[in-house]
Amino acid sequence: MIIIGERINGMFKDIGDALRNKDAKPIQEWALKQQEGGAHYLDVNSGPAVPKEERPAAYEWMVKVIQEVSEIPLCLDSTNYNAIEAGLKLLKRPGMINSCPAEREKIERVFPMAVQYNAAVIGLTMDNKGIPKDAENRIAFAMELVAAADEFGLPIDELFIDPLILPCNVAQEHAPEVLESIRMVKTLSNPAPKTVLGLSNVSQNALDRHLINRTYLAMAMSAGLDAAIMDANDDDLVDVAATCEILLNKSIYADSYLKVFRQR
Amino acid sequence: MAVALIKERYQNKVGEVIIGATAAEGGTRTSVIKVGGDAALPFLHFEGKIENRTVIAMEVTDIPPAWNDIIKSQFGDVLNDPAAWAKRCVEECHADMIYLKLIGASPEGENRSPEECAKVVKDVLAAVGVPLIIVGCEDPEKDNELMAAIAEATAGENLLIGIAEQDNYKSIAAAAMVHKHNVIARSPLDINICKQLNILISEMGLPLNRIVIDPMIGGLGYGIEYAYSIMERARLGALANDKMLSMPMICTVGYEANRAKEANAAEEEFPGWGDLNDRAILWETLTATALLQVGASILLMRNPAAVRLVQQNINDLMENA
Repeated sequence: MIIIGERINGMFKDIGDALRNKDAKPIQEWALKQQEGGAHYLDVNSGPAVPKEERPAAYEWMVKVIQEVSEIPLCLDSTNYNAIEAGLKLLKRPGMINSCPAEREKIERVFPMAVQYNAAVIGLTMDNKGIPKDAENRIAFAMELVAAADEFGLPIDELFIDPLILPCNVAQEHAPEVLESIRMVKTLSNPAPKTVLGLSNVSQNALDRHLINRTYLAMAMSAGLDAAIMDANDDDLVDVAATCEILLNKSIYADSYLKVFRQR
Repeated sequence: MAVALIKERYQNKVGEVIIGATAAEGGTRTSVIKVGGDAALPFLHFEGKIENRTVIAMEVTDIPPAWNDIIKSQFGDVLNDPAAWAKRCVEECHADMIYLKLIGASPEGENRSPEECAKVVKDVLAAVGVPLIIVGCEDPEKDNELMAAIAEATAGENLLIGIAEQDNYKSIAAAAMVHKHNVIARSPLDINICKQLNILISEMGLPLNRIVIDPMIGGLGYGIEYAYSIMERARLGALANDKMLSMPMICTVGYEANRAKEANAAEEEFPGWGDLNDRAILWETLTATALLQVGASILLMRNPAAVRLVQQNINDLMENA
């Protein structure tokens, strides 16, 4: 299970303020804290805190300050591909691009860039018309992304399909469709693409978010989920990820498995 | 249509352990042994580098052992002299290492003192230049005392010492840590305990590259398939980046193979089994060769005739390296 720590995001007030004041400290602290929690990648998102035209410089700065304190690979999260490219150029370890929908224009921008910088790509099962409800239509988009990986020479296991989970209180019918999508993605090619979720979305504005997040994580891992953008410092959630790895026989059991899961 | 060779890509390699130290490194060995480091399944040279060949450590005991005559007759008079015995193993059988088992320390036997045992170790160190593996008499209390004294008396030699087990690992791991030796971590045919023991030892501060796994094999016909599948699983775990299973593995082939009835019963007793001499050699040889196929890094062996056959087998398997 690949944990992508979600916390370095300008949507959070402390990170937004840090970006506005060019204060590296909160960003570096969260990098280390998430690494300690069990993150394998760190998501990096400026959010709306930075004006559009300044985003490439902001991503360069974030990559630079994070890499000063942490060796963890980064997942550059933006719809601004110039900002992503500015960050990719500075990565010391192969990173991840978050994300690319199944739209031709964007695929042509993102996939060659991923190959050039040796980065993985998160491919979203949607286009400019929005997120489909049922698994079949999600999979149709996933197939387009798989074909794009083949076309542009991106190794198929460097493609992370995100079937896009929505909040369970307002879009409850999506949750089982996403589980089915994860199962179906695994049959699209051999080797299969990887799968990823923006896990915390499932509990947006719901009560007891932690419980919903960790329950859905277990269900999704059982369906074949490989990665999640999630709260790497929710210890119960990371414990669930570690326990699922054991129960799916992906990691060999030892009494200290919770601890080992967090070690690198 | 062209045939594409299917190659598995692994995330990690087996860890490498170095045993022995030359004068430049603070020891007195003439050479050191490196084991592990492999980046593929055993001998699949086309998939990844097989960094180090499997080595054979021949067993020597401090007092004459209760082995069968087939083996004993090949050593003759040196069985009373561990130093001379070790020298013969190295010079005549080309043993890569010496595996010295201190059975004389047993409280139910001669009950030799740690000091006496340390002297035997020193004698063997003086007699041969290869690295040494030292284990006690399998009495946990006595062995802790024994290995602490020996680890101290041989500091700098970078020995491989044993045996650490789940309910008795602290004392020997501490001795190895303080005096800079490597440790054998033994688990009873159980991959979960194997992994947990490595975690426990490493939590004491002993680096992962100073631990060797002893999966406690069964001999041919007596549970070897359990050991085989566990070793295979450990190797796959190591290659898939499970750091707590990425240690090289050591196998007590000589002990397990030679306690089988088939390695000891005369042809007159079991006519269907054929000649005892051939059978005894092959019982040990086949136990070893099967375990080579699942990643054994150190084979502990007894019978010189079996050692020769296994050496040839290793040479053949390494030929395309």
